[in-house]
Amino acid sequence: MDDIPSPLSEMLEELGSLDRVERAQYLLELSDDFEEVPDSIATRPFPENRRVPKCESEAFVWAQDQDDGTLKFHYAVENPLGISARAMGAILDETMSGQPLDRVANVPPDIVHTIFGRQLSMGKGEGLAAMVELTTFEARQRLRQR
Amino acid sequence: MSEINSRGYANADALVSTDWVAKHGNDDGVRIVESNEDPLLYPSGHIPGAVEIDWAADLNDPLRRDYLDRDGFASLMSSKGISNDTTVVLYGDRSNWWACYALWIFQLFGHTNAKIMDGGRMKWEAEGRELTREAPDVSAANYSAPERDDSKVRAFRDDVLAHIGGKMIDVRSPEEYSGERLHMPDYPNEGALRGGHIPGAANVPWASAANEDGTFKDASALRDIYEGNAGLSSDDDVIVYCRIGERSSHTWFVLTNLLGYSDVKNYDGSWTEWGNSVGVPIEK
Repeated sequence: MDDIPSPLSEMLEELGSLDRVERAQYLLELSDDFEEVPDSIATRPFPENRRVPKCESEAFVWAQDQDDGTLKFHYAVENPLGISARAMGAILDETMSGQPLDRVANVPPDIVHTIFGRQLSMGKGEGLAAMVELTTFEARQRLRQR
Repeated sequence: MSEINSRGYANADALVSTDWVAKHGNDDGVRIVESNEDPLLYPSGHIPGAVEIDWAADLNDPLRRDYLDRDGFASLMSSKGISNDTTVVLYGDRSNWWACYALWIFQLFGHTNAKIMDGGRMKWEAEGRELTREAPDVSAANYSAPERDDSKVRAFRDDVLAHIGGKMIDVRSPEEYSGERLHMPDYPNEGALRGGHIPGAANVPWASAANEDGTFKDASALRDIYEGNAGLSSDDDVIVYCRIGERSSHTWFVLTNLLGYSDVKNYDGSWTEWGNSVGVPIEK
């Protein structure tokens, strides 16, 4: 995992050392700290082209260009029961925003299993993985434009 | 007479209401257990005093595709403060799929004093009832478990092969049943190589038995569905299945407890086994 953003790599390592209960608590705290996309970026109704496909939590992703060439990621989760999606949004923002685009582009969607563990159901896993894919897609798209 | 008792169920004692749980959830001899698909739901807030049992981490063997053994079940029950005479009341997300799944596994160890909270977590939340993040104060209990007995309510692949021609209910979506899809709508392909259904199985999606608020329909409505439409009768030997046995646990609970069928088995191998098995017959 040397080619992904170092904050993400460190978080994955930390999560790997937690037992199931500790991991749930950690993720829940992240979910509680989740900050929704600001009005300056998007307001409801959110555009469909920002919607994460296959996500039952109705998540949306935005990428905001920064002066230093990196991206600041923003998320919204419309389903009030979307606790895992909010945790995922908080993780992606914390570990991918402001990071080198080539490293963001390298993040594989299956990190969701490292993050959420084997208890993650197939359905939920696919929606969360799609949040990762949409985030890394934005980085790949910027790289192609350069 | 309580509202649940008025619905005409064969075993109305298998269900309790949210009101009942609010009044009796912390009584001596009662243990409330939450079982969910989403592992973050319980820590995000649960019924005060409720413990959690996770379908994957707690009930499944970590290595083989099978359930925990006698020692594992006894140890799990003890750690959750459940003794042999404890009344266990299960509830959870997804209209109680995983609560019914856990209750069904409890039957493999003879713990029949287990009930479902009608409407599950969704109804409790919709009623604005209390949820807490406070961990319950649970003391380890003594629990003596018998060897797991799979013969009464569990079916294996060979049992299903021998049962073809008998009564079988496929509780998956019509698209999965027809073979148009290999997985639930909005769920990924879970690795089944073939689509379709086991020959002779009738398609009665699990949700047919549930009201919009997650509660179970009354006995008359359930009989219309399973007997009027699907052709079952209470003295039939029935096998139910879905994808991995969680949705079919819901239907197993309905047929066994609410309609009083005496011989219903859940095929937990379900389509993830059947759709990958070499040489077994499939119908589309």
